[in-house]
Amino acid sequence: MIKNDIYELYQTMERENILLSFKGVVTSELLSSVLSIMESKMDYMDESPKLKKKVFNVLVECLQNLYHHIDSNEEQDRNMTRIEVKSALFMIAKKDDHFVIRTGNYIDKESALDLEKRLDTINGMDKDELKKYYQEVLSNGTLSEKGTAGLGMIDIARKSGNKLEYQFLPINDVNSFFCLNIKID
Amino acid sequence: MENLHLEGSAKTPSIHFDAATGKLELKGRSIPENSVEFYKPLNDWIDAYGKDPIGETSVDVKLEYFNTSSSKCILDLFKKLEAISGSKTKVVVNWFFEEDDEDMEEAGQDYQAIISLPFNIIEVEEI
Repeated sequence: MIKNDIYELYQTMERENILLSFKGVVTSELLSSVLSIMESKMDYMDESPKLKKKVFNVLVECLQNLYHHIDSNEEQDRNMTRIEVKSALFMIAKKDDHFVIRTGNYIDKESALDLEKRLDTINGMDKDELKKYYQEVLSNGTLSEKGTAGLGMIDIARKSGNKLEYQFLPINDVNSFFCLNIKID
Repeated sequence: MENLHLEGSAKTPSIHFDAATGKLELKGRSIPENSVEFYKPLNDWIDAYGKDPIGETSVDVKLEYFNTSSSKCILDLFKKLEAISGSKTKVVVNWFFEEDDEDMEEAGQDYQAIISLPFNIIEVEEI
């Protein structure tokens, strides 16, 4: 990378007020480190404890979504290396009075359809409907082998208090790239 | 029977289950990627305790954070307690949340709506 690009990247991150960003394979150890870094960073911030807790909670769910997703993706695409498919991007930014968490990861097209349906269902619900939906999935659902409960996105929507902004970018026949943008205030 | 004591960690709560006093406490944070492994010995302990419990069992849940993987395991734990509650022991759940932490208060209400045990939701200054 030439010097100009590095400066551009720096300026973008400065302008967006990015507190932390990472691109690569999300492991359990990485999660521990990122959560610990974010906790100490937020300790120094003037925000209410309530908002800090929300950010931490949503961050845990987002990162664990990435972690489990990567875990589940076996070699699904000959056009991409294994590392590429297992790679994810996330960043946490502070804007004026709110926080933003953004994530990006590859997803196979079939799973993308399912996920899109779930996200639309969640986005179509108000606060009380989300609460009921969460309770329904909690009491009727079962844990997968990986220990996921199907509650992550519902929980993120409830705690963030905002609609989940998302996009699926078509990459090739097999994969899309899933972008998620969560505002927490 | 043996008591169950586990130290808390960055991703798991401290556990103090005392068979002689009937006091069970979960405290701290519960955010492991896969909670099943962590909660298994807790459920096993309750199964064993349920065979010969003391008259009153109280469960204090003092969690700062928990993830959705844990939420399901916590529900299963409450269901175990529900199953042992009856003629031999009366089980009460005390769900603690920190001042202004509406999310944790609501989480208590979620369980209260699903579980048929006496369920107190208690606000404290600090957990």
